[in-house]
Amino acid sequence: MSESIVSDHAFEQYLAEGRLMGVRCVGCAAIWVPPRALCPDCHMGDMEWIPMVGTGKLMAFTSIFIGPPWMAQQGFDRQHPYCTGVVELDEGPRVVARIDGVDASHPEDIKIGLPLLVDFDDVTLDASRESLDASGPTSDLRPHLVFKPR
Amino acid sequence: MGRNVAIAGAGMSDFGMFSDRDSKNLFVDAFEEMRGSVDKGFDANAIDALYVGNFTNDLFVKQSHWGAVLADALGLIPKPATRTEGACASSALAFREAVFAIASGFYDVVLVGGFEDMSKRTTEEVTEGLALASSPYEGAAGFTFPGVFGAMATAYFERYGATREHLMDVTIKSHDNARFNPKAQHQRSIRQIMESRRKRAQAKGGPVPAWETEKDFLADAQANPPIAWPMHLFDCSPISDGAACMLLVAEELATSFTDTPIHVRGIGQGSGRALHAADELTSFEATRAAAQEAYQMAGVDAGDIQFAEVHDCFSIAEIMHTEDLGFFAAGTGHKAAAEGLTRRDGSKPINTSGGLKCKGHPVGATGVAQMIEVWHQLRQTAGERQIPNRNLQIGATQSIGGTGGTCAVTILERR
Repeated sequence: MSESIVSDHAFEQYLAEGRLMGVRCVGCAAIWVPPRALCPDCHMGDMEWIPMVGTGKLMAFTSIFIGPPWMAQQGFDRQHPYCTGVVELDEGPRVVARIDGVDASHPEDIKIGLPLLVDFDDVTLDASRESLDASGPTSDLRPHLVFKPR
Repeated sequence: MGRNVAIAGAGMSDFGMFSDRDSKNLFVDAFEEMRGSVDKGFDANAIDALYVGNFTNDLFVKQSHWGAVLADALGLIPKPATRTEGACASSALAFREAVFAIASGFYDVVLVGGFEDMSKRTTEEVTEGLALASSPYEGAAGFTFPGVFGAMATAYFERYGATREHLMDVTIKSHDNARFNPKAQHQRSIRQIMESRRKRAQAKGGPVPAWETEKDFLADAQANPPIAWPMHLFDCSPISDGAACMLLVAEELATSFTDTPIHVRGIGQGSGRALHAADELTSFEATRAAAQEAYQMAGVDAGDIQFAEVHDCFSIAEIMHTEDLGFFAAGTGHKAAAEGLTRRDGSKPINTSGGLKCKGHPVGATGVAQMIEVWHQLRQTAGERQIPNRNLQIGATQSIGGTGGTCAVTILERR
């Protein structure tokens, strides 16, 4: 994919290709992930895409026992909770992401500060589902970030 | 402000889950109670304009354009009617717009309110619908509303050493207060719920739960299952139907409506970022900004606020709000709750109505409903839940929309 306009859609397209991309403000060098078309620090709109390494740490999390219908359709329920959280990337920005590879049934054992690595397996899976769905993209079918312990 | 504004009357419907009442029924209930509360009576034709807050009716009821729909239902046509949407702070924003309208001199008498009609949808549908007010990134990552607050709770626990037990202190207090609120959705204390469940277990001949304390009950995952850990069922406000409204008038006209007007002394509003971009994971930037604006306008500080209704959509939120409002230092709100400072007889009573947790949280109605509790307390008409032995003069409300994207703070005064 060549240089895209700075949008959530482009961010998700990069994710579907297995790339975690952010933007850097050409004016003040601030880095933003997910991307922003306008730098909220200096209010300039000149942003350039840059790749993120894909490593970070867990800052906050929850184990979700009652999720939205589209998560239930993927088999998550009271007996099968999933973990989602806030990840601080090593470059500084924070992102929200599903956290795989932890035991969501025992959230008291999940530790803040846990070192994490981006995992693109599920993302590309969801991206392929999107093309199969004629009703248009919904939250479940949109590429999203997944991290796992490293 | 150009002109000062006073509350001449207020009313709310019962809050709960009502299969037989729609949005219009609920708002009419609130309107009728409000009309009855205006001591000297008033003519509905005197209303210059309507401002009404609602969040989800487009989605849950498949009907938009609620300003005009309600103006018609109340017989206010052709008066101007405007709907505000700020997620769970929708009617707090309507209130602010109404204050602006009177303060500017444009109108003298304004009806302001809010309503929500949620219970006819499944829990999953409501969860998904409410999540529309979080950021698109949170939804895609599988976050729900309880999930966002659950994540913030883990950050708070880690940073300040709090535990689920502190959240239980908030829940127990909310239920204790709601016992005395006849409008509340849940009117039983945790003790009363425990007794009822024990009796039910005995009647069925099954094992009777061995809880001794309220915290034993709340720690029992059978009785209090996790929703979005560490948010369990009793940490979460319910799905509710309800409406609330107030008659706002220019202050110089107030005594022609009532001998006990309550004055709007300060209003503030702020905006906040999505969870991932928040400046703090343990605090709401929008609340800090809204409080500062409202305190400045009122010429008061946090210490002058005698009591407050805060937006306890989840137990952890009440703790954070009491810190963001400056009632307690950052990181100490959970200790204040544990020490009983926020109880009705404490030094800073919080959510004497039972809060969103027990009074109910028909999201669009909540902002104005919170103000109604402060209005009752200031007028000494809160019945058995009246804050005891206090000359109440200044109370505040704080409402957040979504996961903190919007916050409104209102300071009310009895002179």
